[in-house]
Amino acid sequence: MKVLILDKAGFQDWLRALAGEFDIIGPAENTKGLLDWNKLEPGELPDFRPGLPKSSIKTFFFPQPETLLEFSARPGDDQAFRPHEPSEGRRARLLAGVRPCDARSVALNSMPYASDPYFLKNRENVAMVGLACTQGCSTCFCTWTGGSPVGSDGMDVMAYPLGDAFALEPVTGRGKDMLLKASSAREAAQEDLAALDALKASAPSSLPDAMDPASVLREKELMSLYNASFWQGLSESCLNCGTCTFLCPTCYCFDIQDETLKGKGRRIRYWDSCMFPLFTLHASGHNPRGEKVKRVRNRFMHKLKYFPDRFGPLSCVGCGRCVRDCPVNIDIRQVMKDLLAI
Amino acid sequence: MNPYLPYPARIDDIIVETEDGNLKTFRLVLEDSNDREAWTHVPGQFAMLSIAGKGEIPIGIASSPTEKGHILFTVNRAGVVTTALHKMNVGDPIGVRGPLGNGFPVNSELKGKNIVIIAGGFAFTTLRATLIYMLEHRDDYGRITVIYGARTPGMLLYKDELTAWQQRDDLDVHITIDREAPGWTGLVGFVPTIAGQVKPSPENAAALICGPPIMIKFTMPPLEEVGWTDDQVYLSLENRMKCGLGVCGHCNVGPVYVCKDGPVFTRAQVQKLPVEF
Repeated sequence: MKVLILDKAGFQDWLRALAGEFDIIGPAENTKGLLDWNKLEPGELPDFRPGLPKSSIKTFFFPQPETLLEFSARPGDDQAFRPHEPSEGRRARLLAGVRPCDARSVALNSMPYASDPYFLKNRENVAMVGLACTQGCSTCFCTWTGGSPVGSDGMDVMAYPLGDAFALEPVTGRGKDMLLKASSAREAAQEDLAALDALKASAPSSLPDAMDPASVLREKELMSLYNASFWQGLSESCLNCGTCTFLCPTCYCFDIQDETLKGKGRRIRYWDSCMFPLFTLHASGHNPRGEKVKRVRNRFMHKLKYFPDRFGPLSCVGCGRCVRDCPVNIDIRQVMKDLLAI
Repeated sequence: MNPYLPYPARIDDIIVETEDGNLKTFRLVLEDSNDREAWTHVPGQFAMLSIAGKGEIPIGIASSPTEKGHILFTVNRAGVVTTALHKMNVGDPIGVRGPLGNGFPVNSELKGKNIVIIAGGFAFTTLRATLIYMLEHRDDYGRITVIYGARTPGMLLYKDELTAWQQRDDLDVHITIDREAPGWTGLVGFVPTIAGQVKPSPENAAALICGPPIMIKFTMPPLEEVGWTDDQVYLSLENRMKCGLGVCGHCNVGPVYVCKDGPVFTRAQVQKLPVEF
């Protein structure tokens, strides 16, 4: 399918047409005045302002919490323990206005979650309309991590701002079908295509110089990075608050717990954080990562060494949320540079 | 197949193993005959025991796959789930999710080798599974030596079987306790000391060692003295686990997941990893 051009009113009509099939969710100002993911009314446009929503999109693929199993939990019940998957389905969702870094996080998380039935189901159930970045933030660095401000990894449809209008390109088959509903779109003219090419070519230059830490760090010896002297100093300021892990689109660790109410039980999983000492505490009291320096090191080593060694790319998309919201200004870009210097 | 879904099972028997009552062996029978017939595992693997409303706990499988019809788990009472399990009775429903992890390479690297099993305390469970398996396939292995120690005679696991094994002539068994105890006529001394006296030959041999980290640490020098190398020594690691599938992130030791890449590693592999277990 060709590239289509939609003005804002046409974009609005298109989202209205898609509302029959999807719940539409996009960046909007919340009650605290922050840009975050909110359900949009039919025809409401996502907030297209530059910059990232407060939270990542991982909650749509890895909900907080996810019910894994349901079971009967009546006391004295001698029926067999036969938990089953939750019966309730969820309406398909469309995320409109997803930035390339966030969409790429879904592709990265799919590597460890390759055979996770819940993640796969959510992935099937969520469509994404991307929005290319025409300017970077002071904290973002997608080009260091293998991403691009105009990248379409993980998207179904990619939207590029061209003046007051948008150029829309289908990325997947589902995206093609979705674009059939863009009734007021016109096909891109030669000059639109030229403008689109110019945007794609110029966008990456607004970000820090591209580098490829993943390939360099994969070659470095594990224990030389692990034993680097900077970890101690870095960890001293860390509060172990876990903010970075909750905001991070590629932090995917979880805990599993049972909860019961009135004879019904469910087994849920929810976000956990390797910043917390309980994360690794044995029942015996022994804790293999009892010291803060070990926890801080584990988070960065997982993203920048362990994950690349196993899967190839960094487990980081360069969104910079951790940099933006760390209360003590720990900066993963500096950690990356420190590791590259070893 | 959803890997988070446990098999329904029932507690078929409970054996109190130790004098302090803190270790019990639970004999579980899977409820559905299809599951019972399909169940198979490798000695050294573990499973998640699942108690409704309490949660799951990873426990090494103490029975050999050659023991058909039931699965054994010897459980130390330590945390929330194991405490709930210790309060359960014969006939109570439970779930089993697994088998998980890699297990000892009984059908590859260990085949044709002389085997030395060294265990301390309640870490003997998956080694019992391994020993039973090897005795069922006796011709596949050379000389088998067992060195097993506990604090007191009453803290030894599987006492009836220990006695039977000591009487076999195709098995070299050394049972020891830490200090002299009334009525005990067997060996006295820590496992590393006994290992130093037994001096197992490293010739065409593999050692499987499970026990507290301190025991493993002090068992290595006497073995190294008679020529053992790290790639001949198999260890089974433990860490806190949740998913058992290499996803949730709890049990990683550097780049490896104990649940998925382990729990069995050679000591040569472990030496290259951060000490985060």
